[in-house]
Amino acid sequence: MKVLVAVKRVIDAYVKVRVKSDGSGVETQNVKMSMNPFCEIAVEEAVRLKEAGVATEIVAVSCGPQQSQETIRTALAMGADRGILVQSDEALEPLAIAKILKAVVDKEQPELVLLGKQAVDNDFGQTGQMLSALLGWSQATYASKIQKADGELTVTREIDGGLETIKVKLPAIVTADLRLNEPRYASLPNIMKAKKKPIDTMSPADLGVDAAPRLSVVKVTEPPARQAGVKVGSVAELVDKLKNEAKVI
Amino acid sequence: MTRSIYDDETLEALRDQVRRFVEAEVVPHVEAWEAAGAVPREVLRKMGELGFLGIRYPERFGGSNLSTLATVAFVEELSRSTCAGFNVTVLVHTDMASPHLANFGSPEQLERWLPDVIAGKTITAVAVTEPGGGSDVAALRTKAEKRGNGWRLNGSKTFITNGALGDLYFVAARTDPDEKPSRGISMFIVEKGTPGFTVARKLDKMGWRASDTAELSFQDVDLPADALLGEAGRGFYAIMKNFQNERIVLGAMAVGESQKALDITLDYVRQRQAFGGPLWDKQAVRQKLAGLQAEVAAARQLVWHAAWLDSQGQDAVKEVSMVKALCGELVNRVMYACQQFHGGYGYMREYPIERMVRDARIQSIGGGATEVMLEEVAKRM
Ligand SMILES: Cc1cc2nc3c(=O)[nH]c(=O)nc-3n(C[C@H](O)[C@H](O)[C@H](O)COP(=O)(O)OP(=O)(O)OC[C@H]3O[C@@H](n4cnc5c(N)ncnc54)[C@H](O)[C@@H]3O)c2cc1C
Ligand SMILES: Cc1cc2nc3c(=O)[nH]c(=O)nc-3n(C[C@H](O)[C@H](O)[C@H](O)COP(=O)(O)OP(=O)(O)OC[C@H]3O[C@@H](n4cnc5c(N)ncnc54)[C@H](O)[C@@H]3O)c2cc1C
Repeated sequence: MKVLVAVKRVIDAYVKVRVKSDGSGVETQNVKMSMNPFCEIAVEEAVRLKEAGVATEIVAVSCGPQQSQETIRTALAMGADRGILVQSDEALEPLAIAKILKAVVDKEQPELVLLGKQAVDNDFGQTGQMLSALLGWSQATYASKIQKADGELTVTREIDGGLETIKVKLPAIVTADLRLNEPRYASLPNIMKAKKKPIDTMSPADLGVDAAPRLSVVKVTEPPARQAGVKVGSVAELVDKLKNEAKVI
Repeated sequence: MTRSIYDDETLEALRDQVRRFVEAEVVPHVEAWEAAGAVPREVLRKMGELGFLGIRYPERFGGSNLSTLATVAFVEELSRSTCAGFNVTVLVHTDMASPHLANFGSPEQLERWLPDVIAGKTITAVAVTEPGGGSDVAALRTKAEKRGNGWRLNGSKTFITNGALGDLYFVAARTDPDEKPSRGISMFIVEKGTPGFTVARKLDKMGWRASDTAELSFQDVDLPADALLGEAGRGFYAIMKNFQNERIVLGAMAVGESQKALDITLDYVRQRQAFGGPLWDKQAVRQKLAGLQAEVAAARQLVWHAAWLDSQGQDAVKEVSMVKALCGELVNRVMYACQQFHGGYGYMREYPIERMVRDARIQSIGGGATEVMLEEVAKRM
């Protein structure tokens, strides 16, 4: 089974994000970038499927600026076999990425596409679902466990208040949730080996995709600063405040 | 995207992995390791599996054959752990002890030891300093006498990092009392458990508490012929050569620790309120931090420059000595200021800066005291 994994380059999860002074977005100049953590989980799952003899080839795809190549290299160092960079300096929205991925799927003909459930930059959480709709393939989102049987996958999904187990026919789209696995570190020897693995570069136009934005950002603001807490004198006072001030009970 | 002429994609990728490792596998355990006085062996084994312990060693033994620059990238990231005791446990193994084997070992010695050293299964220590003196290496008194095919070792060593944790020790001893010191010293490989070799005691220290430091005793320790590392009488040169790498690494460590302290302090003064606003609003605070940031950035460039010279096979004794002298002092000034801006909290054990201040003190003494380093620079002026 050939597996395609989508990986996105985002601001490193450990960086304190700062909003640009003009409110047009967040500061990305000289800010450390890394692979989206949910994409890392997707790559890890693909590599585990390959180690278990279920997957035969892993292709890592990233859509974004030239530097997204570094994100692909990380996937290659974790165990993906080759990479595809669809290069664009535009801000790519979920629909544009889904269309690009569809075009790549048409070319590559994988049986399974793994994605993160969302990227931690914009928290859209839409790309996998849109790709599934565009391809007309089955989808299993928020996966916390994946098993393959003949021609289908059994996927455990994390839903409000519990777990749901579903079966989906292959080919399928699966998006990874936090508890699917714990991604490995790329070892230094594997980082070195990844340098020799091939990465194809193309543009959305090469794939016949119109990636122009459909959304416009009105304003980006910092979340409100945390207010100082108060000490309450008694349980009764706490209940009173929860009821009448916070209005949560 | 790299932001330095010395950096490249491989070093960036290495940094990313080390940073993640430090955040996930080191930082949460620092207090426990400090209390235990040691870093668990399995942490070193994990680092071995990831190839972190063989950055510059040959691929056939499990290394990655990279240059001094990769070592510096590794050390800088590692040193963000806030626990220099952890940093030095690893770095003595990778960059102060095991280079004796890697640089001077015979093919048989390399074959026998290096794979497990790189895998983190065999932990190494280097024993040069003696109770009678450390700065004056030529004056060391431990002696090894020829006995049949082998050698008999007698003497004692002190302040030896990984002294209790270690499996394999590279020990400096005088082999020819009639020769001048530069020709009369040799290096020996001594295995833990060799009869007559004992860890006399573990030392109680101001800082580096997660690192074990021990006094070693050698009483009539009989060593086989193949315990000799490199040529007899060439030990002094081996020590001087390895000091170059050790001092680049100590410089990179000081820079990494300084940067982490500045980062922590910046976060602190941005949120700490006094006199009607965050401390950061006070020029006295932010100008002091900005000035130190400039000094750390400059010191960092000197470290990278020395590492680059070294990676090109050029003589860098002057630059390396400047690195050691400069960074060992700077890290102490940085820690002092960072603790100062933490106010009373900086004096409390629960704040990492309190540990970092104690940890930094040794950096201007160990591996070549500032004064000794400045003599090396002065000789070359
Ligand atoms: C925690 C720790 C870990 C260590 N780990 C190791 C290890 O793993 N292996 C190892 O072999 N050693 C190790 N050392 C030893 C360390 O390298 C020595 O402490 C250092 O070389 C200084 O030697 P000394 O302590 O004997 O000081 P001395 O040589 O007695 O010097 C004392 C002071 O005198 C001054 N001084 C010395 N010489 C001169 C001079 N020529 N001109 C002007 N001033 C001078 C300096 O200020 C110096 O700090 C470690 C030490 C510590 C504290
Ligand atoms: C061991 C210990 C014992 C103590 N005992 C007592 C006690 O018995 N009773 C008691 O009441 N208190 C006590 N204290 C508290 C001590 O007096 C305070 O820690 C000290 O006044 C600093 O206040 P702070 O810790 O809140 O630091 P902050 O006020 O938060 O200041 C932090 C740092 O910011 C800088 N800074 C602050 N203001 C300015 C400014 N205007 N311009 C430029 N820089 C500035 C300084 O470098 C300062 O160190 C004790 C503290 C310790 C650590």
